Amino acid sequence: MIWQIELIILIAVVICGIGAIAVRDLLGAAILFGAYSFMMCLLWAIMGAVDVAFTEASVGAGVSTVLFVATVFRTSRRTKD
Amino acid sequence: MIVDAVTLLLVSKINYWIYIVLMMLGLYAMMTKKNLVKKIIGMNILQTAVILFFISISAKNNATIPIIEHGQTSSHSGVQAVDYINPLPHVLMLTAIVVAVATLGVALALVIKLFNQYGTLEEDEIIARLEE
Repeated sequence: MIWQIELIILIAVVICGIGAIAVRDLLGAAILFGAYSFMMCLLWAIMGAVDVAFTEASVGAGVSTVLFVATVFRTSRRTKD
Repeated sequence: MIVDAVTLLLVSKINYWIYIVLMMLGLYAMMTKKNLVKKIIGMNILQTAVILFFISISAKNNATIPIIEHGQTSSHSGVQAVDYINPLPHVLMLTAIVVAVATLGVALALVIKLFNQYGTLEEDEIIARLEE
């Protein structure tokens, strides 16, 4: 566990999370949420939880992002907040 | 002395501080955002924050990933548990990730049905349509 890399990735996680909530476009929010999930996956690979890391990369980042994008295309991209 | 203690508390426990920040971020999004997809993103951030807390519990300094190589068990000293990261929270959180994706799928299916019924994703507009 290298604490410098871990610190950088933790800051990137928080930035991606705030961006996914703050952006006023649902497709952008979905993509930023995918970036957030991949940052979480990197964090868990660094912390030694390799099984959790690849489950998060395939299920969390992959399938979740696909579900969000499919929902946005079936409904609307517009959001007020 | 005090500076050292504060540095130790801030840097060596940074995972737990970030866990608090992410969990409150998810709660904030679930409570204040009007858009239903934004609420679901907040719910997922809250779930990953809890997973981050449990993985942080299992992490150790100077330990390797919990895989015992072949032949290592027959050595003279045996396997020392302090050399390996605790694998029990990993297994529990593996289940939590699958549950998170299942709840996400159900929630997004409900959102699509609501959009087909009311033509909007905003919670206040749906409530206004319900009351008229």
